[in-house]
Amino acid sequence: MNFWEYLGNRHQQLLIDAYQHASAVFQCMVIATVVGVVLGVLTYRSDWAGNMAITSTATILTIPSLALIGLLVPPLGLGVPPTVTALVLYGLLPIVRNAIVGLRGVDPTLVDAARGIGMSRLARLLRVELPLAWPPILTGIRVSTQMLMGIAAIAAYASGPGLGNEIFRGIASLGSANALNQVLAGTLGIVILALLFDAAYVLVGRLTIPGGIRA
Amino acid sequence: MPEGAAIVLENLTKRYPGHPESAVDSVSMEIKAGETVILVGPSGCGKSTTLKMINRLIEPTSGRIRINDEDVTDIDPVKLRRKIGYAIQSSGLFPHMTVAENIALVPKMVGWSKARVKDRVEEMLDLVGLDPREFHGRYPRQLSGGQQQRVGVARALAADPPVLLMDEPFGAVDPITRDHLQDELIRLQHELHKTIVFVTHDFDEAIKLGDRIAVLRERSHIAQFDTPEAILTNPVDDFVSGFVGAGAALKRLNLTRVRDVGIADFPTASVDDTLQSVFDRLRGTNTNELLLLDRRGRPYKWLRRGDLMRAKGSLARAGTMVQDTVTMDATLRDALEAVLLDSSGRVAVTGRRGDFIGVVDMETLMNSVHEMLEADRLNAIEHHHDLEETRAPQTRSEQEDAGGEPGERA
Repeated sequence: MNFWEYLGNRHQQLLIDAYQHASAVFQCMVIATVVGVVLGVLTYRSDWAGNMAITSTATILTIPSLALIGLLVPPLGLGVPPTVTALVLYGLLPIVRNAIVGLRGVDPTLVDAARGIGMSRLARLLRVELPLAWPPILTGIRVSTQMLMGIAAIAAYASGPGLGNEIFRGIASLGSANALNQVLAGTLGIVILALLFDAAYVLVGRLTIPGGIRA
Repeated sequence: MPEGAAIVLENLTKRYPGHPESAVDSVSMEIKAGETVILVGPSGCGKSTTLKMINRLIEPTSGRIRINDEDVTDIDPVKLRRKIGYAIQSSGLFPHMTVAENIALVPKMVGWSKARVKDRVEEMLDLVGLDPREFHGRYPRQLSGGQQQRVGVARALAADPPVLLMDEPFGAVDPITRDHLQDELIRLQHELHKTIVFVTHDFDEAIKLGDRIAVLRERSHIAQFDTPEAILTNPVDDFVSGFVGAGAALKRLNLTRVRDVGIADFPTASVDDTLQSVFDRLRGTNTNELLLLDRRGRPYKWLRRGDLMRAKGSLARAGTMVQDTVTMDATLRDALEAVLLDSSGRVAVTGRRGDFIGVVDMETLMNSVHEMLEADRLNAIEHHHDLEETRAPQTRSEQEDAGGEPGERA
């Protein structure tokens, strides 16, 4: 069976895996974005807290993904819980980092102006600081998504969802007729998903970054 | 439209932790409703800090602030600031919002209805001389520096606050634009009568805009608080005269308009007049010169007695073109400039549509300047007396010592 025949044969299973992969990454990104931006907002005003947040999320990223998922299985069991936890943790660094850099980079005279015309702390954050920091935050989200696409494949190790299953099955039966096709289909699927997500982010940027600050 | 509110500062002091000296030391000042007061002083003198304590962007360490007899020292600062317009250097416009959204911010925060906010935005753009249809939807980066600054002023005035604080608003624009913006502000203030507190380090700007000027030395000590005229003609001490700089008498010329001095009559003729009548008029008058006006009554040519002869009787060729005219609103400085450049030492004054009103010459200018300076001197002596009384608590010796200034920017 060549690769194309394999795709024709298994397209249903592949589509389900691809859908689950995309859905897992997407949902984890939503959680990571919320957590990351909140962390950024809470810590950017203090040098110490901000650096602390960046360093600790960076440390998480240095843990090998296989090891982290392995470590999460005993307390959380198999399947979705360890997958989601690991992906969210890995996704944090680019978002937290860019949120802090972006918020700190807002021109202080604008913050001064916002205070001066009578905006409350919350209004300043929501209407001035976050919108102005949004382009770098979105870049962080984009980088995070690309990273999670690859890392999500490891989730299959903990019986998680996604295209990783395809890859792991192939690796487990190396030498058999379809082993290479399986690995190839899983890997290509992830690359294509990543490209599709990236295109979607360009669109999101167009829609959410106000004209006045779009590059 | 509410007009200005009186502002009273009582012993306002700002001390930063870790600095032995206070950044602003016991400033007391009374600003009348509808008055434009300029705080002027060298960098680091605390003028900006003083300004920011009025809307409590910087919380005073001690002292009271009263606006229209209401003590605002302890009320919610966010509410306070919505009643005080605030315009800063380089406009402070939010780049991610359109011009209209920027202007609408404060009216929306104080809860105006949508329709009212919309009308107000158009009105404000009109007020600062920008076409609402053209500029409404633009982003700040699509505007020139001068236009941004206008929008900044429009935003500050949008909710119609009685008080307007301006922190070196024209510091970052080129000199020509700055001049225009200053003229605009004078015009605006003429219509609105807000109470304006304006910080600058440019004394010429202070003279041009201020009803009264407070010259500040270190730690915001008031060296002199008086009308521009009085400060120019009678600076209280070396510090103030140093700040006024050279050429006080010349600067004084900026404060008086042509309409305030005697404009002399001048014999005229129209281009439509026959050659013979022009000739007769030239011979009949005592002067040997005529001003030829064009069909709309605007100055056209200076005509001397001999000119017609030389031009062989052709009005079109005779005489010298009028190079320069001034309006009634021109400053005496502009008039002097024009007079100096004119070979006969006089300049034609024109009305709103360029129509001829009269002439101003060197002699008139000199006489008016002398009268002016004399009157100023008398006034200043009177004011000086008052000032001595108001600032009695701050002793001289305290002001003279220019000790280590904390690292605070004006």
